[in-house]
Amino acid sequence: MNGGTMSEIWVYLSAQPLLWLTLTLAAYLLALALHRRAGGHPAINPVLISVALLVALLLLTDTPYPRYFDGAQFVHFLLGPTTVALAIPLHGQLKRLLSMAGPLTIALVVGSLTAALSAYAIAALMGASAPTLASLAPKSVTTPIAMGIAERLGGLASLTAVFVILTGIVGAIFASGLLARAGVRDEASVGFALGLASHGIGTARAFQLSEQTGAFAALAMGLNGLFTALTLPWILPMLAGLFN
Amino acid sequence: MIQAIALLLTFQLGGEALRAALHLPIPGPVIGMTLLLTWLVLKGGPGDALRNTSGTLLQHLSLMFVPAGTGVMLHAGRLTDEAWPIFIALIASTVLGLLAAGLTLHLLTRHRAGRTQ
Repeated sequence: MNGGTMSEIWVYLSAQPLLWLTLTLAAYLLALALHRRAGGHPAINPVLISVALLVALLLLTDTPYPRYFDGAQFVHFLLGPTTVALAIPLHGQLKRLLSMAGPLTIALVVGSLTAALSAYAIAALMGASAPTLASLAPKSVTTPIAMGIAERLGGLASLTAVFVILTGIVGAIFASGLLARAGVRDEASVGFALGLASHGIGTARAFQLSEQTGAFAALAMGLNGLFTALTLPWILPMLAGLFN
Repeated sequence: MIQAIALLLTFQLGGEALRAALHLPIPGPVIGMTLLLTWLVLKGGPGDALRNTSGTLLQHLSLMFVPAGTGVMLHAGRLTDEAWPIFIALIASTVLGLLAAGLTLHLLTRHRAGRTQ
């Protein structure tokens, strides 16, 4: 096969959703294999490695993101039914969750406000622009909620999605080591912290640790999404006043 | 498996419908999760098909974030211009959020476990 036909085939395939869907799955399977080979080490995060591989490939082949997303949207769509599926591990832990309702509520309020307000305050003190600040504040909650909140606060939805995912990766990498060092090792607290600070990516990490840890993470993710959506649009303008 | 996926999509659809009807600030899938949880409580638990399909999906939850995460390439300019405030704020606030939530729950439940013993 000569170079001419090779490039014709490439031009044809790279315009098809099939290619980018297949490559998304291939990048993920490769990242997953690396993660397993590293003994499940949190620094070898599957999302981080898949994204790095795909961004490199898209830049090398000069492929615009919207064309990539034409194929990848089928994977993206699964986020919805998978979020619904979190009800199953939650149901499995329901008795335990209900028996801890008081402490869980307090941990939710303390953790949620700490994550959102410290992100805003630190970036504001370091001179970040207003759209960046509004996009950063809701970064601990699950993507669709965070995008909605950021838009109400004057942020950029697609930038928020990037901050949300980076936050998820940071939390998934550091959570278990950091919490163990602080003396927190019980599944409920580790899971709840992961889901609260790092939404779905933290929850994915929590399920790698154990099903119980995952159930607490799923609960924290849902509760923090709800709590942040209801409180941040009111609290943040007050905080913004302090930095003006 | 198809049955389980149809069930998950039905609850997601119910969540979306409820969100649109009541103008709720929560995404449809999160409402769908609450509806499915309620249904599981009433029914006494999931069947094998739903349990297996959900288990497979949840095991690969990381995969579902890859397409949106790849969108990072669209914001390369802003991420380099404001690299320091963004990365320090992201890392520090995530660490603080993890510690605040984890330590609070740990201290509150440890106290309670000690009391009930």
